[in-house]
Amino acid sequence: MQLFPCPFCGPRDETEFHYGGDAGNIRPDGAEMPIDRWAGYLYLRTNPKGTAREIWVHMTCGEFFVMERDTVSHKVLSSAALDGEHAA
Amino acid sequence: MTRRYSALSLFKEGLAGQTGWQPAWRSPEPKPSYDAIVIGGGGHGLATAYYLAKNHGIARVAVLEKGWIGGGNTGRNTTVVRSNYYYPESVELYGLAHRLYEGLSTDLNYNIMLSQRGMVNLCHSTAEMEIGARTVNAMQINGIDAELFSPDDVRRVAPIYNFSANARFPVFGGIWQGRAGTARHDAVAWGYARAASRLGVDIIQNCEITDFIIEGGRCRGVQTSRGAIRAERIGMAVAGHSSVLAAKAGFRLPINSYALQACVSEPVKPILDTVVLSPGCGVYVSQSDKGEIVIGGGLDRIPSYAQRGNLPTLEAVIAGLLEMFPIFGQLKLMRQWAGIVDVVPDSSPIIGESPLPGLFLNCGWGTGGFKAIPAGGTLLAHLLATGKHNDISRPFDLDRFASGRLIDEAAGSGIAH
Repeated sequence: MQLFPCPFCGPRDETEFHYGGDAGNIRPDGAEMPIDRWAGYLYLRTNPKGTAREIWVHMTCGEFFVMERDTVSHKVLSSAALDGEHAA
Repeated sequence: MTRRYSALSLFKEGLAGQTGWQPAWRSPEPKPSYDAIVIGGGGHGLATAYYLAKNHGIARVAVLEKGWIGGGNTGRNTTVVRSNYYYPESVELYGLAHRLYEGLSTDLNYNIMLSQRGMVNLCHSTAEMEIGARTVNAMQINGIDAELFSPDDVRRVAPIYNFSANARFPVFGGIWQGRAGTARHDAVAWGYARAASRLGVDIIQNCEITDFIIEGGRCRGVQTSRGAIRAERIGMAVAGHSSVLAAKAGFRLPINSYALQACVSEPVKPILDTVVLSPGCGVYVSQSDKGEIVIGGGLDRIPSYAQRGNLPTLEAVIAGLLEMFPIFGQLKLMRQWAGIVDVVPDSSPIIGESPLPGLFLNCGWGTGGFKAIPAGGTLLAHLLATGKHNDISRPFDLDRFASGRLIDEAAGSGIAH
């Protein structure tokens, strides 16, 4: 069992967390959105091998946050509350 | 010198002291250029090379493999072959693979040990039986063999299932595909490799792609750990590592990579002669020819490139197995492992030209790549040879994510991701 650090609750079991996608994948704004950009937002992912910046939700407290993680070693590098960019 | 495998050649080699066998495939040095390059020496890549040579007469082909052939997901799956999908597009695709599997041992002159022992997807409630009937109807309309099983039918094919009165997941029936079964996964890789090599394909192992050669907006070759290799048409079939190569080529894919675990028990006497899948328990299980109980389940829920998997998923799978088959409670697990699978939002593969012209994709098979190997190879070979889709691969082009014409097998056939 791996422990993930919730910025609000501290270290908790990995099973309490749910992956929410790439950090920085901001919903495009505006009605005249080119279809490729909209499809990119909806579907395309960086899916990096190595360091990844991801949105996670701690399901027991309901808070979303940003976690930096190594996708090969599974080592957690950082965990922080959402910044203004994501908190729309 | 023995080239063809047969009872006669086995007999002759027995008399000659087994001295005439050759390596199953050649291991040549890479040439500076080919007509086509296939990146990835798993089942899909090797099948692509074989069908390029066999169906299209293009044999100046290199298969470039970072490690050893069949060492990725081809050697890590649970060997199930089936085609019980819902949408007509998927039926065409997986039906093609299933039919090719049925003739593959003869075609390749290599025994892939296909065992069509049948597979039952259990239904645990009245509602699941209604969905099961819908799936069976869809499969029959699409020309795929399927049968709706009653509880007695399930009891007949899987008598050791937990039919007790207090079972957590009682059996209301099931979806039966009699042509489904298992095949020896390593033999599929080795058989395609041997057959492709005999047709002139160069299989180059320990050859990692470090970059793409891009000239005039087209992909014209690859930089590798063994030097530059050029070709006008390049295909990639690298499963969970598709995003890594896509990043080198300058584009992104609708893929997340996850670990999918499997495990086998110690070998025991024959006790389960079919494949049983329980959606409620999240587990499917079969018995290998060696006697091991082969156990698979759902994805780890954490994006990962680590080929090992995490404990909670393994625990859930084993708990589900014991709910299905309490009799397996005394078995010892012998091995556990994971492969990195390429999960796409609609749980259907991506086959077609990439955003970088000259580079073609065969990826996104997620948890179900092994059963599709002959079709994936046939279709990528067709793309590399002609530059065009054929009718079976067209619906699976990358453009479906912009057009919105998804083929949602996650909903259609209940894939649990």
